[in-house]
Amino acid sequence: MSENGRALQLEEIRKSFGENEVLKGVDLDVGEHEVFCLIGASGSGKSTLLRCVNLLETIDAGRILLQGEEITRRDVDVNRVRRGIGIVFQAYNLFPHMSVLGNVTLAPRKVLHRPKVEAEAEAIALLERFGLADKRDEYPDRLSGGQQQRVAIVRALAMSPELMLLDEVTSALDPELVAEVLSVIRELAEGGMTMLIATHEMSFARDIATQVCFLDAGRILEQGPPDQIFIEPREPRTKQFLERIVEAGRL
Amino acid sequence: MSVGADPGRGSRILADLKGSGGGQSSVWIALASTLVLVGLVAFVVLTSSGWPAVKEAFFNRDIFFDSMPEIAHAFLLNIRIFLIAEVFILVFALLIAILRGLPGPVFFPIRGLAVIYTDLFRGVPTILVIYILGFGAPALQLSWVPVSPLFWGIVALVLVYSAYVAEVYRAGIESVHTSQEAAARSLGLSRVKTLRFVIVPQAVRRVIPPLLNDFIGLTKDTALVALIGPIEAFRQSQIDVAATFNYTPYVCTALLFILLTIPLARLTDWLIGRERKRQLAGSAR
Repeated sequence: MSENGRALQLEEIRKSFGENEVLKGVDLDVGEHEVFCLIGASGSGKSTLLRCVNLLETIDAGRILLQGEEITRRDVDVNRVRRGIGIVFQAYNLFPHMSVLGNVTLAPRKVLHRPKVEAEAEAIALLERFGLADKRDEYPDRLSGGQQQRVAIVRALAMSPELMLLDEVTSALDPELVAEVLSVIRELAEGGMTMLIATHEMSFARDIATQVCFLDAGRILEQGPPDQIFIEPREPRTKQFLERIVEAGRL
Repeated sequence: MSVGADPGRGSRILADLKGSGGGQSSVWIALASTLVLVGLVAFVVLTSSGWPAVKEAFFNRDIFFDSMPEIAHAFLLNIRIFLIAEVFILVFALLIAILRGLPGPVFFPIRGLAVIYTDLFRGVPTILVIYILGFGAPALQLSWVPVSPLFWGIVALVLVYSAYVAEVYRAGIESVHTSQEAAARSLGLSRVKTLRFVIVPQAVRRVIPPLLNDFIGLTKDTALVALIGPIEAFRQSQIDVAATFNYTPYVCTALLFILLTIPLARLTDWLIGRERKRQLAGSAR
């Protein structure tokens, strides 16, 4: 637990790709054990925001504080920072040349220098917890999308992160596979994991989030508890977005 | 995807031999058409007016068996040159490929050097590199510079082939999607560890067929080292040809090279097939 009880703070984050300013000054304050859901149209900056937090993108202006430590300073060791932040991608990004066990134990062994036996024992325990124990010797290409995504979550968890970033983790899945991944995330939330989740699954966000942030054109236009955002949004843009979602049958 | 996704080539060659349509009748058709073609070529060659002379000059049974042991012994030197050079090429070329891929403006000079290196050694004919190094380097008369022509022959092969193999590696490295790097870096792996455990292993698997292609080229080019002195199979067969006034020793040497390259090709097919089975068995893609 950090001194001030804040897991993650973003202050005035700006990020451009060439001429295109994707993030136009984003502020965010995530407390310990909170689950923040980022909603908004494609291209509103959700993914970029997550990638900035994980330092996969360098921000142009602003500060990011993890557990009170400024991680966007130039002299910060990015590899150390990333150990404390797990990220799961839309396209799973498992390593295809390694078995499930190899995927999960790579970072604990090569980054934390854990002995192989120990890392594998922990990995197997995690895989068991998420119903993947029998898949440990399989290669990613032989798993279903839902299984691959659950392995990707386990791979991130194997580093015992203090914060998890989930980047539209169900968007590439067939509808019948979405539930198994969401139930894993729900379990993490119930276990007190601090999470920042970019998602299009509105009913899930409503269910699981402590705070919902509506991103629009690189800004957080509206933020609040799920009931407020989904039932009585203040901003017309939020209303419009949610109406379109309802029409599409996703809420 | 690239070459790595090529469906198991070993089995495809068998399928090719059987006739890709499969089935009993296509096997017979393939067999018949092959026999007709081979028969035709054999007929044209064997009935040509010069055949008896050619047969005597190139396929003399006694000279074949007389010269084979010596040439085979000399061929061991080709294999040695090949094996030593190959080890250095595989390591050195990978280094060049990685240097060429270093990001950021700081590494511009290193990237530049890597580009100049590959351009230079792909541009100059191998035989010239062998001559220049083989005669030039010892002529410097520096006490710490080896004078053995064999040494410089191997160095020349390593330099030339590394330029080609570095490009093969680079293509492989670039074919690994950037999301793999993002996934590895996000787990806290450093840039070097990401290359070592995630990018390079995938890249190498994908470029095994073109790498083998270069290997085969290298086995043949070991004969070029003869030009600065060492007596390997080609030089030995030249000596035998000069002694017998008969070209059969050349055929011996050709046969030995083929015996070396064919197993190499089958080995690669097998490796690719095994890798595919492990990753993809059961799944259709």
